[in-house]
Amino acid sequence: MTQAIETEAARYAVRRWSRLSRISLTAVGAVVLALALVPLALSTYATEQLTQLLILVILAAMWNALAGYGGLISIGQQAFLGFGAYATIVLTQRGVPPYLAIALAALAAGGLAAPVSILVLRLRGGQFAIGMWVVAEVLALLIALIPSVGGGTGVSLTGLNVHAPADRQAYTYWLTLGFAVGLLGLVFAVLRSPAGAALQAIRDDEAAAASLGVRVEASKRLVFVLAAFGCGAAGALTLANTLFIQPRSIFGVQWTAYMIFMVLVGGLGSFEGPLLGAVAFFAIQHWFAHLGAWYLIGLGLTAIGFALVLPRGIWGWLEHRLDLRLFPLGHRLERTERTGAPPERS
Amino acid sequence: MTWVNVVVQGVLLGAVYALFACGLSLMFGVMRIINLAHGDLAVVGAYLVWLVADKAHVSPFVALIAALPVMLIAGYILHVALLGRSLRGGPLVPLLTTFGLAIAIQNTLQEAFSPDVRSLGAAAGWIATASWRISGGLAISWFGVLILAVAVAVLGGLDWFLRRTGLGREMRATAQDPDAARLVGIDARAVYARATAIAVATAALAGAFLAIRSTFEPLSGPTQLIFAFEAVVIGGFGSLWGTLFGGIVLGVAQTIGGHIDPQYSMLAGHLVFLAVLASPRGRTLAARSAWT
Amino acid sequence: MTLLAVEGLDAHHGLLHAVRGVSLAIAEGDKLALVGANGAGKTTLLRTLAGAHPASAGVVRFDGADITVLPAHRRVALGIALVPEGRRLFPDMTVLENLLVAGRRARPGPWTVDTVLDAFPLLRPLRDRRAAALSGGEQQATAIGRALMTNPRLLLLDEVSLGLAPRAVDTVYESLARLIATGATVILVEQDLGRGLAIADRVVCLLEGRIVLEGAAAELTRERVTEAYFGLRGPGGQP
Repeated sequence: MTQAIETEAARYAVRRWSRLSRISLTAVGAVVLALALVPLALSTYATEQLTQLLILVILAAMWNALAGYGGLISIGQQAFLGFGAYATIVLTQRGVPPYLAIALAALAAGGLAAPVSILVLRLRGGQFAIGMWVVAEVLALLIALIPSVGGGTGVSLTGLNVHAPADRQAYTYWLTLGFAVGLLGLVFAVLRSPAGAALQAIRDDEAAAASLGVRVEASKRLVFVLAAFGCGAAGALTLANTLFIQPRSIFGVQWTAYMIFMVLVGGLGSFEGPLLGAVAFFAIQHWFAHLGAWYLIGLGLTAIGFALVLPRGIWGWLEHRLDLRLFPLGHRLERTERTGAPPERS
Repeated sequence: MTWVNVVVQGVLLGAVYALFACGLSLMFGVMRIINLAHGDLAVVGAYLVWLVADKAHVSPFVALIAALPVMLIAGYILHVALLGRSLRGGPLVPLLTTFGLAIAIQNTLQEAFSPDVRSLGAAAGWIATASWRISGGLAISWFGVLILAVAVAVLGGLDWFLRRTGLGREMRATAQDPDAARLVGIDARAVYARATAIAVATAALAGAFLAIRSTFEPLSGPTQLIFAFEAVVIGGFGSLWGTLFGGIVLGVAQTIGGHIDPQYSMLAGHLVFLAVLASPRGRTLAARSAWT
Repeated sequence: MTLLAVEGLDAHHGLLHAVRGVSLAIAEGDKLALVGANGAGKTTLLRTLAGAHPASAGVVRFDGADITVLPAHRRVALGIALVPEGRRLFPDMTVLENLLVAGRRARPGPWTVDTVLDAFPLLRPLRDRRAAALSGGEQQATAIGRALMTNPRLLLLDEVSLGLAPRAVDTVYESLARLIATGATVILVEQDLGRGLAIADRVVCLLEGRIVLEGAAAELTRERVTEAYFGLRGPGGQP
């Protein structure tokens, strides 16, 4: 009896990597290398545009982590965007070098998220969504009351003036690239870990996950803090890129609109989707933003369309049609040859 | 005496919030949807009333009576065409759909009507500004009292509808168990559409009153949505009269905050909301879902 | 007169094939007991007949008309009523409200609030009590009464004895017996074989979604049914 089971087991193995994913990861490495060379090869304008794109990538990845993996729809992530930006201002006003201030501000945003999560994670679904929006509004109102950071009229980041514009753009770009790669790597690592499996279980069925011993609250808190950290970085980097912020714009709900659009169009709940969505949104913004209100109407209607018709987004559709998995994030059962050796562990 | 005045103003303001909130609360209670476009639909109502009052040269109150049935039907169609589909996609889809809808509505209004801030107060005539001076520090606006009366009437009417009519019973049954409701012959989709219709109509009513009482513009929606949501959370989900209570608490918080410093008014309301969330009552919020 | 005709009905729960090629015919006045182990597909079959669950293949005919894709609430209007597993009363509504809400769109017929309360006298004093505050037996009586309020021609009962104390089950079955004596057409899913066989005139046994035994209650022994129940015999009767 045991003999039959053993040989039966040897016929199957659980695999995470495939040839395609190995190729993809090598390609990604090459792409990152190429991206790193951009400021040296392209104009300052191009570098600035790519910085914007990378910030969008960060935002899309973070919102996707929250909604697609944590099941938490937030329409208030701009709270952390603004907090990251204003924390950078406060730190540079106290003499901290700007680029260090950006990193610290991102960490501060993550730090703020921990106590905030205690409050807002009491809410579920749509209540959580608006609850986060209230948090964003409260932060915007509180900051508008502080004269030393410009109040309602806004404030500039002056510490970067020591660099020539081209250099400043290059440094900002490299820092953004570093954050983008780092955050994506962090998401990737979390998803491959047991915490990642826990998150996906929670997203699919919270009650079932809890009954299996998944620590639901802790997992949600983890992804909430991670997303806050990323959004805080994005806000600080936006400040470095534009050099001027106002509470109304950095704490505005349009950031959420952009994030939702990117993730819906690209693909909710997949790793590759937000990347696709960010690129798509960047292109759309480039071509259509000048249309003003019509552009935003189009965004809204497109978001509705995707939510109803193609909820897995373009990437989800592609993945489904072509059975494609670029990154080694799933587990696959593969039939191996009978070798007599024990099956591999994943 | 002025503090009494402040509180009274707060109560009257709270009545507006309660009107905004009851539609949001109804949709959540029956369908578990938070309609992120609720505030914007209220603004659509305000613009509709403005349009009718302007073109037909009638008082906004008359225009409102014409606008309400239109908004009722619009709400029904909105559900059948859009929200009903989104319900089938799971809990995330309605949020995303209504968010997209909110963005689309805000910007359509901006294109159609320009971003100018408007008010219906002038067109409403004497009632918008008349007040009843009780003493040196206390003046109660007629319109505020009217809104309070309407809010109580609407909430009372809704309560009576749910408790005493056949259609209302169907709505409660569908809210509690849509599957079992279908098994006793209830067309759940029609029930949901009716709930949406009522919610949109009450939103339009609230929007029109807001427009008369103060100002409105294409992007006014989100602020009202937040206030409506806060009123519902403070008052407790699943209770119509709780919505009135929550609205009043929010209104009073805002007027007290505003009295200390005009910049503090909205902040005061938000902080009260967060305080309720942090309280033991807040801990049970997630558990409360059924509509009684 | 065939009231309900089912041909090759299939139903799935996601990837699980819960009902496989079920065919049966119910005539007016029939009392069919549907038995089978947990997970055999009985509840899914009833729900598919009631329209609460989609059929993946096959045809359901009621009074000759094809109702396979008709939604549940429309089937109630035609005269099919399901008393769901677990009662599924509206918890925050009173007994009276539970009955009224079902009666609102009822077909014309003998069942009204008064006649239902006559049939289940234990409910009379409980008219204004919230359904969630009722005992198991009281809830079951209310659930059956609620289904009756729609004046059905075909009554589907899913596990009415589930979770009830034996005394409560006795009471429910007494009322059921009186109901059935009036000539109602009934499909009864029941895990308690004895009760099922006592009340029905025909038996169908399901195993893993398929019908493995069918016949008149009087002709089948408990032993044969038990064997089919557990799959100890092949479909043709061979062990």
